[in-house]
Amino acid sequence: MSVETLERIISDHPLFHGLGSDFLTTVTRCASNVRFAPGTYLFHEGETADQVYLIREGLVALEIAAPGQGRMTFQTVGRRGIVGMSWLVPPYRWTFDARAAEDTRALAFDAGCLRGKCDSDPALGYEVMKRFMPPLIERLHATRLQMLDVYDA
Amino acid sequence: MLDPGPHVDPMVPVLATVTRRWQDLPDVVTFEIEAPGWSGFAPGQFNMLSVFGVGEIPISISGPVSDPGRIVHTIRDVGPVSKALANLPEGAVIGLRGPYGVPWPVERALGRDVVVVAGGLGLAPVRPILYELIENRLDYGKVTLLYGARSPRDMLFATELAEWRSRLDIGVEVTVDRATEAWHGHVGVVTSLLAGADFDPAATTAFVCGPEIMMRFGANGLTDAGVAPGDIFLSMERNMQCAIGLCGHCQLGPVFVCKDGPVFDWARLKPLMAVKEL
Repeated sequence: MSVETLERIISDHPLFHGLGSDFLTTVTRCASNVRFAPGTYLFHEGETADQVYLIREGLVALEIAAPGQGRMTFQTVGRRGIVGMSWLVPPYRWTFDARAAEDTRALAFDAGCLRGKCDSDPALGYEVMKRFMPPLIERLHATRLQMLDVYDA
Repeated sequence: MLDPGPHVDPMVPVLATVTRRWQDLPDVVTFEIEAPGWSGFAPGQFNMLSVFGVGEIPISISGPVSDPGRIVHTIRDVGPVSKALANLPEGAVIGLRGPYGVPWPVERALGRDVVVVAGGLGLAPVRPILYELIENRLDYGKVTLLYGARSPRDMLFATELAEWRSRLDIGVEVTVDRATEAWHGHVGVVTSLLAGADFDPAATTAFVCGPEIMMRFGANGLTDAGVAPGDIFLSMERNMQCAIGLCGHCQLGPVFVCKDGPVFDWARLKPLMAVKEL
């Protein structure tokens, strides 16, 4: 796939929509298109968080395994979502498993590459952080709502 | 609507008969009733149902508007009156007053995209809208139902949800807060489904119903997506007793939920919801 096409796909995702063309070109150098068949794992708990995925189509189940309970899905991420926030925070390690629950297409960003570009260009780093913070906060709020068990009226 | 006749006291119920009942969930029952003089309702309206010797509560009508002879109610067994209602056998006689309240303004959605966000038992009050949208599908733009339940076994109207999901002309996404291993769908709060939904926010009318916290998150999520607060409608629950705006039990700031609602738009409701303990 050409770089221009990949740039367009990246800019179509809500996370990078409206990103300036220079920054877009820079982050595109860290990106690739990936596809996961249903049942395959994007990553496992404990592994190095070396990627972050922007979901284009499909559904990814975030899971934790517990003795005697098998795998427990605590959240799913679908179209336009983000999987792999641990790329942002040391020690850059996944804290759960991520499994493709459906045929899933995503943009994969090499976390080391993206961190390196953010470190070397603080303006880009600030822009990337500003874009990752809202989905992080949204996820925090959603988790709180989930914990409140609002349907238990 | 009940034909009021010349001198009917709005506080006096008519006698209605439970003609059919079925168990939706272990704690949720749907029943059909017949009432003399009943001539229909609008989506989102409610009836005051009474079990004699126990009490009276407001219950939304969950059946189709297009079948005015059928009065359908879906009831969760959570308190003394709802428990008594839920345990009534076919043939039982109850008291009925209604229908009451401001309905969902479905006509505001004509020609526009429609997003229905429902959580838990909140699917019951919006089901008449879904019937209307499906029956007159060509009158509306994209139609999306986003439904959230506590777990797969708490999902209301599961058979109908499956039928709606199989249709190509409406988008139906279902999520649960707590998944089982057999569940292969979305997991997370219902508002998380908004990100993947296809609608034109500038030309969308949204209807939201469920637990109040969920509705606040839902309305905020819709406005964040670009839907105008005046195009988002919520159905409120308060302690409704007279249902005609006299007793004041359901007062919410300057409005009575029974008479001025239960359906309000978010532009009107948001400032009221920001007041603690209101």
